[in-house]
Amino acid sequence: MTLLLDVKNLETKFLTVDGVVNAVNGISYQVDKGECLAIVGESGSGKTVGVLSLIGLIQSPPGKVSGGEVLYKGVDLLRLRSEELRKIRGNEISMVFQDPMTSLNPVMKIGGQITESLVYHQSLSQQQARDRALDLLKMVGIPNAVDRLGDYPHQFSGGMRQRVMIAIALACSPDLIIADEPTTALDVTIQAQILDLVKRLQKEITTAVIWISHDLGVVAGLADKVHVMYAGYIVEKATVNDLYASPAHPYTHGLLNSLPRLDLHKKKKLKAIDGFPPNLIGKLKGCPFTPRCAYADERCRQENPELINIGKDHEVACWNFLR
Amino acid sequence: MEKKILLSINQLKLYFPIRSGVIINRTSGYIKAVDDISFDIYQGETLGLVGESGCGKTTAGRAILQLYHPTAGDVFFNGTNLVNQSPEEIRKTRRYMQMIFQDPYASLNPQMRVSEIVGRPLRVHKTVSSKSEENDMVNELLNMVGLQTTYRDRYPHEFSGGQRQRIGIARALATRPDFIVCDEPISALDVSIQAQVINLLEKLQEDLKLTYLFIAHDLSMIRYISSRVAVMYLGKIMELTTSEDLYENPMHPYTLALLSAVPIPDPLVERQRKRILLEGDVPSPANPPIGCNFSTRCPMVTDLCRKVDPEFREVTPGHWVACHLV
Repeated sequence: MTLLLDVKNLETKFLTVDGVVNAVNGISYQVDKGECLAIVGESGSGKTVGVLSLIGLIQSPPGKVSGGEVLYKGVDLLRLRSEELRKIRGNEISMVFQDPMTSLNPVMKIGGQITESLVYHQSLSQQQARDRALDLLKMVGIPNAVDRLGDYPHQFSGGMRQRVMIAIALACSPDLIIADEPTTALDVTIQAQILDLVKRLQKEITTAVIWISHDLGVVAGLADKVHVMYAGYIVEKATVNDLYASPAHPYTHGLLNSLPRLDLHKKKKLKAIDGFPPNLIGKLKGCPFTPRCAYADERCRQENPELINIGKDHEVACWNFLR
Repeated sequence: MEKKILLSINQLKLYFPIRSGVIINRTSGYIKAVDDISFDIYQGETLGLVGESGCGKTTAGRAILQLYHPTAGDVFFNGTNLVNQSPEEIRKTRRYMQMIFQDPYASLNPQMRVSEIVGRPLRVHKTVSSKSEENDMVNELLNMVGLQTTYRDRYPHEFSGGQRQRIGIARALATRPDFIVCDEPISALDVSIQAQVINLLEKLQEDLKLTYLFIAHDLSMIRYISSRVAVMYLGKIMELTTSEDLYENPMHPYTLALLSAVPIPDPLVERQRKRILLEGDVPSPANPPIGCNFSTRCPMVTDLCRKVDPEFREVTPGHWVACHLV
């Protein structure tokens, strides 16, 4: 496996009138070529901010990527000038956003939105770009692709718009696609179509994917490895099988236990995680999960644990991790 | 044991008119949001109503509570037909039928303190006679939903989503209702908070002998909380049976596809599963197919399905299906 992306101690803050929001607190991870990494967490856990920081999409002010390195093929993206970054973004690294209703330009035809990056990045002629756009629409399963190039986003349904978004992301054959909750806004039967498409495409064109989600069901069928985020920290890293079979962090364990499962016959009472996620304004003392954790002790209140290795490709940030 | 019917819904229809023209405003068609649905809700049960966005499940819940006046059909609550009641009578009946809304951010008045939000229904329905009695009741309700009574003077914006949903539940409980429509009460909440609210709803049901109509799109949660489940598609009920039966013995092709599409949080199971992928999208409710509403996407469609709308019938005792092929 060759290393594609190496994120080291990434830190992002937002300066607000209420104080400094520590959205991402020094996270590190690697993505290999062709691999699918899922980042799971609840709203406010820093999963979206974490990936937007990679490619310079954090609005500043109020946001600020305040520390760390993002080595993409050995080059630190955080140190690139915006023109240099623009050559990579949309070309080698592309993004699929959560809400297909608002992330396409409503006054631009679908064809134009796909060809835009092809003309800009790959210097194709209009005709070549149009042919490629047609191929892409066919690839993502849009019927009557020729006729639909001239349609506007409002003429597409939610699932179809998300297919268009995926076509745009694939346009320049990127090495890395960042997908930010791409199926959250869709119905389950449409979600199943999109997941099927993504799995098929990942096999056909070996692209690495960072898939952000709060849905542990979706992640189970898709990811190679999973990172769990809480309060701006990665609290557990594992291969997909290990994470579900032997979750080591009490938060991961709690999340899995609080989900009802469609395939379970006996009614098992749901075990809720008490309390609610912490406010990220200001510095937290100790482990951020302490107030909600059943295993917390004095040490947890005082010191925030670092990620430690507890098995092959399995790391956890917890003093009293579960075996 | 004979189960008592609390609510009986009979051929309920709710069409929204499509208006066109600026000067001559005329009705050019109808959105058939709820199109002829019939079912009973038994005392003390949780009936799950599941379907995808736009299938009419929320509209059905609202039409049952008479928040929309039905286009046709009857809703019998404890034997009285609500459709024929005057607005004044309905207001009185609503004391016994409440609703918990989907969005805890939009369904609480931001200018009211918690004590006012929870206390006002008590005053409107004159269930308390003095201010001190009202105070006591509000405190009791807050305790019941797991909120500290010291929160009573705060405003909604000071709470998290899960806490706000608890305030919404306290408000719904204030008038001691028999029946509560829970309209996607957890879909706006974080995963770790969802289980808290579900456990609370279950405990309250047990303690207060409540009956729920639980509207949701999450089939795993519906299976967990419901005693019986109705599956809706494009304004019609496709299948209705007990929760166990629906998941173990689904009969309608739409139910089969829906169940197969739900991801299961276990990689070993999830990677083995066979999905029934439906082609295309849901048709517009303004222009539904002539025959069966599902005929445009059904993998087992026949000529009959395209021409004749199947009857919603009881196939085995308690198991209702609207499909020609069953």
